[in-house]
Amino acid sequence: MPMKKLMLGNEAFARGLYESGCEFVSSYPGTPSTEVTEFAAKYDEIYAEWAPNEKVAMEAALGASIAGKRSFCGMKHVGLNVAADPLYTAGYTGVGGGMVICVADDPGLHSSQNEQDSRHHAIASKVLMLEPSDSLECKNYVKKAFELSERFDTPVIVRLSTRIAHSQSIVELEEREEYISQPYEKNAAKYVMMPAFAKKRHTVVEQRLKAAAEYAEECPLNTVEYNDTDIGIITAGNCYLYAKEALGDNASYLKLGMVNPLPVKLIKDFAAKCGRLYVIEELDDIIETHCLKHGINVQGKELFGFEGEISQAIVREKLLGIRPQTISLDEIAPARPPVMCAGCPHRGLFYCLQQLGVFVSGDIGCYTLGAAAPLSAMDTTICMGASVSALHGYNKALGREAEKKSVAVIGDSTFMHSGITGLVNIAYNATNSTVIILDNSITGMTGHQQNPTTGMNLKGDPAAAVDLEALCRAVGINSVRVVDPYKMAETKAVIAEELEKEEPSVIISRRPCALLKYVKHSAPLKVDEKKCVGCKQCLKIGCPAISMSGGKSVIDHTQCVGCGICKELCRPAAIG
Amino acid sequence: METRSIMIVGVGGQGTLLASRILGNVFMSQGYDVKVSEVHGMSQRGGSVVTYVKYGDKVYSPVVEKGEADVIISFEQLETERWLPYLKKGGKIVTSDQRLDPMPVITGAAQYPEDIINRISALGVDVTAVDALGLAEQAGSAKAANVVLMGVVSKKLPFEESVWQAALDKCVPQKFIELNKKAFELGRGTADE
Repeated sequence: MPMKKLMLGNEAFARGLYESGCEFVSSYPGTPSTEVTEFAAKYDEIYAEWAPNEKVAMEAALGASIAGKRSFCGMKHVGLNVAADPLYTAGYTGVGGGMVICVADDPGLHSSQNEQDSRHHAIASKVLMLEPSDSLECKNYVKKAFELSERFDTPVIVRLSTRIAHSQSIVELEEREEYISQPYEKNAAKYVMMPAFAKKRHTVVEQRLKAAAEYAEECPLNTVEYNDTDIGIITAGNCYLYAKEALGDNASYLKLGMVNPLPVKLIKDFAAKCGRLYVIEELDDIIETHCLKHGINVQGKELFGFEGEISQAIVREKLLGIRPQTISLDEIAPARPPVMCAGCPHRGLFYCLQQLGVFVSGDIGCYTLGAAAPLSAMDTTICMGASVSALHGYNKALGREAEKKSVAVIGDSTFMHSGITGLVNIAYNATNSTVIILDNSITGMTGHQQNPTTGMNLKGDPAAAVDLEALCRAVGINSVRVVDPYKMAETKAVIAEELEKEEPSVIISRRPCALLKYVKHSAPLKVDEKKCVGCKQCLKIGCPAISMSGGKSVIDHTQCVGCGICKELCRPAAIG
Repeated sequence: METRSIMIVGVGGQGTLLASRILGNVFMSQGYDVKVSEVHGMSQRGGSVVTYVKYGDKVYSPVVEKGEADVIISFEQLETERWLPYLKKGGKIVTSDQRLDPMPVITGAAQYPEDIINRISALGVDVTAVDALGLAEQAGSAKAANVVLMGVVSKKLPFEESVWQAALDKCVPQKFIELNKKAFELGRGTADE
């Protein structure tokens, strides 16, 4: 009997890479895609690495593919924007060995800055896209994706959503089949995309897309299930599961496993046999628009909208008019937004920034939580690296006085991802900007991944570490300082000094993430009740371990790691 | 069998993921189809977190919606209140009596509701509240509160104790197995009191 295992969608995806004989993986972490690469790295047969960003990852994977191996790169939806440049031309060059790309969308924004729909990238780059609906399909679709990549000579994207990536379901494991490498042969007309060659490749792309659309009519991943035909549901991915749970055998289903290109005849045949037709898809109206374009009358977004996740409850409500019966206390429970952890090195730094009252150009990472109350010390957050480049524009626009009252904050991994180019711009085009690199020695928010500054690689081996101070000096920043954010008075003084300087500067706020296993914690602090005057000064840093009880502050010993930030704020010296 | 739905709710960092893995393994070992839906990323940083575990002959949706949960396992009182509308009529709640102030309460922007467990009981809901943190510390580590709650839940579901022990062996690192088995027994023992 084959071995069965309960697997995360991402773990099953990695298993698919293993079983397909994939040998090369290069990715950048991003929720909800991260674990695909982490699980892939556990197989000795697969070389796996964290690249500095998604563009580098995709180019590395394409290089390995051209060299003849089966290759992979993974990223979240916004990561595909970064990698869009190689993607659109990789569609032209095609592949050597099969190349599969994972993109994980995040409907409902569980951990993202926007809610974009990656299917647009597949359509625009004219490559094939598959969309599984559970862990077993994750594994099997990856295997199919490699086959299609080689058959149609194109990278193939496998699209996940948070609910597929981070749900576990049962997977039957199969053996790895070694892939026989395609020997590299020089072929400039295929791989050198200068205008004369690219023009001819565009013809190939259009022919391929046409052939793939014909294939979509018979693709085994597009399945039809006839039950009661009064209601016909056209859907894909997790939305299939919601529809199936809500409607069961009271509807018929066309489940599209290949979402680009979409079939026409298959949908028309299904439509002809069903009464009312609904398209159920999260985010944009890709399938719906396709249907309407081909004269198939469906209802979709006018019922389900463009925002957030769909669920079985929404399908029940919209199609059957059934609302859930609920029990509740008749009050609104206080919200519990995410917060910086107790002992987080970012806390002290953000308290300093709040006290200085500066404009804070923010970025993507745990430190984005510096925007939340009570620290509320962030003005903008846009995308990876934007803190540095946007600060430059802000300062150019407003001039010297603004330069003295503004900083950018960016994590070590995000700085390597795309902050460095912004810093080059600051040095080259000269603003007296102050950039603070929050170096916590890890990629934090996505769950502790190594990066080029940490001295370790994805496989856990020692690696070259970028010297941040030397790097910043090398691009033309002469004033580079290092502070310890646990020492707030000193940190605040250094920031104030650098803001005054008539030159650009970088401050590296260096202290490892408090959740790292090797970080030794001090004993939890206690409040001396007799000395505490209940001034609530210690509550201003937003530490989850400190609360008030009976007019005095209390420190939760299960959470406190003894970082001492609160101690520095306590005027009656009641904390020790 | 019709699909059963369980929710595990708590505060990011409390160990809800291990609890969901243990449950998933218990149900799978009994031959059921299983889905476990987790939340990773930003909300794990001290935010309100929820994990869904569903089992039955064939499970489709990985998520649990309002009015659908047969059992809610909660690691914290305010989270019990927050997710109560997800309980099915006649469903059960197993909750830790731990109280963790969320940031709006710490900053004074909101008040922590009083007497949550008794007020939910008064609605006619089957609520079992235990000092999961105290029992976990008794077992050797506050971090084992999740496994204490598994012990309590094990008495509410129709599976042999040996099935739970096997799932613990599978999900907990060998180094911590004794501590966690003790935590499980302490949780399971509360149901006999």
